[in-house]
Amino acid sequence: MPFVPHTPDEVREMLATIGVNSIDDLFAEITEDMQPRSFDLPEGLSEMEVLSRLEAMAAKNVTDRVSFLGAGFYDHYIPAAVDALTMRGEFYTAYTPYQPEASQGTLQAIFEYQTAMTRLLGMECANASVYDGGTALYEALMMAVRKTRKRKAVVSEALNPIYRVMLESYTTNLHIELVTVPHKNGRTDVEGLKAAIDDETAALIVQNPNFFGSINDFTELFAAAHEKKAVTIMSAYPVMQTVLKTPGEMGADIATAEGQSLGLPLSFGGPYLGVMTCTKKMVRQMPGRIVGRTQDTEGRTGYVLTLQAREQHIRRQKATSNICSNQSLCALRALVHVCALGEMGVKRAARLSIERAHMCADRLTAIDGVSLLTEGPFGNEFAVTLPVNAYEAVARLAERGYIAGFPLSRYYTDLENGLLVACTEKTTEEQIGIFAEMLKGALR
Amino acid sequence: MFPEDILYAKSHEWAKIEGDIAIVGITSFAQEQLGDLTFVEMPAVGDSFNAGDEMGSVESVKAASEIYCPVSGEIVEINEDLEDAPEKVNEDPFGAGWMVKVKLSAQPEGLLDAAAYQKVTEAEAH
Repeated sequence: MPFVPHTPDEVREMLATIGVNSIDDLFAEITEDMQPRSFDLPEGLSEMEVLSRLEAMAAKNVTDRVSFLGAGFYDHYIPAAVDALTMRGEFYTAYTPYQPEASQGTLQAIFEYQTAMTRLLGMECANASVYDGGTALYEALMMAVRKTRKRKAVVSEALNPIYRVMLESYTTNLHIELVTVPHKNGRTDVEGLKAAIDDETAALIVQNPNFFGSINDFTELFAAAHEKKAVTIMSAYPVMQTVLKTPGEMGADIATAEGQSLGLPLSFGGPYLGVMTCTKKMVRQMPGRIVGRTQDTEGRTGYVLTLQAREQHIRRQKATSNICSNQSLCALRALVHVCALGEMGVKRAARLSIERAHMCADRLTAIDGVSLLTEGPFGNEFAVTLPVNAYEAVARLAERGYIAGFPLSRYYTDLENGLLVACTEKTTEEQIGIFAEMLKGALR
Repeated sequence: MFPEDILYAKSHEWAKIEGDIAIVGITSFAQEQLGDLTFVEMPAVGDSFNAGDEMGSVESVKAASEIYCPVSGEIVEINEDLEDAPEKVNEDPFGAGWMVKVKLSAQPEGLLDAAAYQKVTEAEAH
């Protein structure tokens, strides 16, 4: 059946009541040249035909590869409870209901998610989420611009290049200056960043662990930024925050994260989850929705959307952002994931991932001609320099069912032989051994 | 009812003129209409406004509303206490709840005295 609620007779009746002859007449105001000539859509198919078409497409997916690919997105283990709970009909919807009189369950789930994210990142407030980590970072930059009334951002080149491209494209027409401070062999150049911050700087943007996997303590850098009245923004990898000094502990004003590593499958690039947290001082600049806990007239606990004067439906021209979506279902997955694992469980996942990565780094650098590209502490990801072009090495191992990692030259043209390698708790010692042996063979 | 020594704007701001400085806030009537204030968004020191320009906003438990600068000039001081204690505007709108000090760039024009403003509020309250 077509999902159109009106019969042809009803349509005719409605048109007659309005006083027009056809549905096209309703669009007469849109001139011919502005109307799409064709949507180029094929004819409809039956459910059975659609299913077999999609199954044929899905069968082309290769799902049995051993992957050392990270670069901001990680294949962590997802407890079965995450699917079981989040697929319940009450939650499994594209539409998020916010009416407090009808949706206490949804609102409480978002509130609990916000609480979990603030604890994870050591911050004071969180919103209900945005599309993904890159969007969260752009929104964070705009928070800083509004707060400081300045229009310059100092950005570390060791920030995920995908995010840097997003920042550039989102700010193209906003007269915001992005000053990029080069990385130093994969290390975040703290001194360089410090020197680049001036009185005109609205925001400092760094990442921990950075794109190359290396770990920093930005406490001093953030203090120096605060002296110049700049807002400090850190993009964080949430799983790692259980074992690292948190953005909150370092003095970040805003901390954002890609929440994919918390219970979301890699799933070919999305949907993901943009985590946004900030200090109480910044909360009025926070875009999107925020759920708060309050009491009704009888003193019973209730959950409601709060600080809504920032939102489009209250004062459109004054809204902090035009973002009006959150990723509720993905946020719920993140919440169930951290609850199912518990604090110790997430910590354990982080520690195991780090342990495996260090084992992997030892095995790879034992190969002739392979060396660590980045000195200093790293988490579950590290960069190596190969004796050959990284794309070549990746191609050779792909033939044998192993995804070796991310060739850095895609974004850093001078690092042709640079390969970014990631491990998670799912990476086995055996896989690391095979990977090292294969790479050794491929480099001969 | 309303203090006699200050001037009023129809949009419910008040200005107390002291030499070339005007102290500006919102009236007792305005804060009553808004209810408990939760946030005052203020301009920055150094910002310049013409009389009638929007210079900030107030949020209460039930509404958000713009604040208009009743005089022309440059902001020389803001009441930083309101950042953490917006309720001061409810408690003492003509005193501790002041919002900004403006260095006048022109003599105030078109503002009302207490009696005229009283009439404005009576008309609005009905």
